[in-house]
Amino acid sequence: MRVSVIDDACHGHQMCAIAAPEVFGSDELGNAIVLIDGDIPAELQAKTRRAESNCPERAIVITD
Amino acid sequence: MTEVRKPVEDLLTDYDIFEPEFVKDPYPSFSEIRESKCPIARTERYEGSWLPTRYEDVVAIAQEYETFTSRGILVVPPFPGQGEGAYGGVTAPPITSDPPDHHWHRRLILPVFSPQSVAKFEQGTRDLCNALIDEVIDKGTADAAADYAQHIPVRVIATLLGVPLEMESDFTAWVRAALENIMDAEGRKWARKNIIEFFLAQVEDRKQNPREDDFITELMNTEVEGKVVPIEYVLGVCNLMLVAGVDTTWSAIGSCMWHMAQHPEHRKQLRENPNLWPTAIEELLRMYAPVTMARIVDHDIEFQGCPMKAGDRVLMAFPAANRDPRQFENPDEVILDREHNRHVAFGSGIHRCAGSNLARLEVRVALQTWLERIPEFELVDKTDVTWAGGQVHGPRKCLVKF
Repeated sequence: MRVSVIDDACHGHQMCAIAAPEVFGSDELGNAIVLIDGDIPAELQAKTRRAESNCPERAIVITD
Repeated sequence: MTEVRKPVEDLLTDYDIFEPEFVKDPYPSFSEIRESKCPIARTERYEGSWLPTRYEDVVAIAQEYETFTSRGILVVPPFPGQGEGAYGGVTAPPITSDPPDHHWHRRLILPVFSPQSVAKFEQGTRDLCNALIDEVIDKGTADAAADYAQHIPVRVIATLLGVPLEMESDFTAWVRAALENIMDAEGRKWARKNIIEFFLAQVEDRKQNPREDDFITELMNTEVEGKVVPIEYVLGVCNLMLVAGVDTTWSAIGSCMWHMAQHPEHRKQLRENPNLWPTAIEELLRMYAPVTMARIVDHDIEFQGCPMKAGDRVLMAFPAANRDPRQFENPDEVILDREHNRHVAFGSGIHRCAGSNLARLEVRVALQTWLERIPEFELVDKTDVTWAGGQVHGPRKCLVKF
């Protein structure tokens, strides 16, 4: 599993970082950044899906 | 103020956001409109407005900032003469801004409210909550709204702005007049005058007595494209911080306290599983989203079959969107570990509440601190809770015993 954030769509709700703080962080403006390069470890995949389903802007893209 | 209020004949064509029952509990009305053949209601009251109630419609309006502009964001029209006079141009950027200015208006303040930046307010907020609890804990009773929730955001914001905490009651009075008792145009005018004069004096004071590590000073010295930002921008941002940062968060904290007082099972769940806190806060924000914002239609448009005219006011009822069963399973139920929660308590799109990370921190710390010190409490009288509504929904009197 890989994950990315659509920069134009993210408006900094930070709900991804609340759901999966190991996977998502914040830049200096509060917009989301992905903290993990490459594959998301198995133990964080459920949290990552949860982050996706909590984003009000639908700005998170998961590719399996 | 006494007034003769025309009874609401039909919610779909004549809703009244200031009708006492609606102020107290707007959710049955939102639901009735949402599930009707006409989920975007219309009223001619208060110079007219549209009221979308479905999640999808509210979000679409928030996203379409070129059609639904931020020229007017209050749920009522501006007071006569607003925008005139020496500082008539002072608004509340970026909430009142449209692109292209919105971009720099917002970019300048976002770093102050990033999760990293607001973390430094956590300990101070906890100390403040503890001090407020110290005042009531031996009495066995307290007003969770007026003795607790009301004092938290105003002091946090005053600290952030670097303005005197002793003026708390003035700030609260101005904010209530500006955002809460907004039917009273004279009151709004009075609040605006006081707020602008106060911040003008604060700016002048900083020119005479420069300060280090000070929000207003940094704002005054900010340059955009090689020029120092205009005074109207500085005053506008200060105005926004005060007006948008106080009543809203205080309402959210109050509603959460009201909820917790009635739900021992949720108190127990949080006590036994503190890992629930992050999702619990989001769920409570979904359930008790305090804010409804307005937009002004830019040009004639048919939106979901509604003939909207240029200049029409549209009320983005985020509290209604957050309880749409099309988006949320069992929307009227608080589920502390709710899995799918794309709530829009902080709005959606380019105007997402800039202070959301701070608000969230305040709500969490206020609840955690109270529940640690006073784990068991209940409402004194369920029927004796008073509410503010319209633009901002939350309890204003909420007696609890413990």
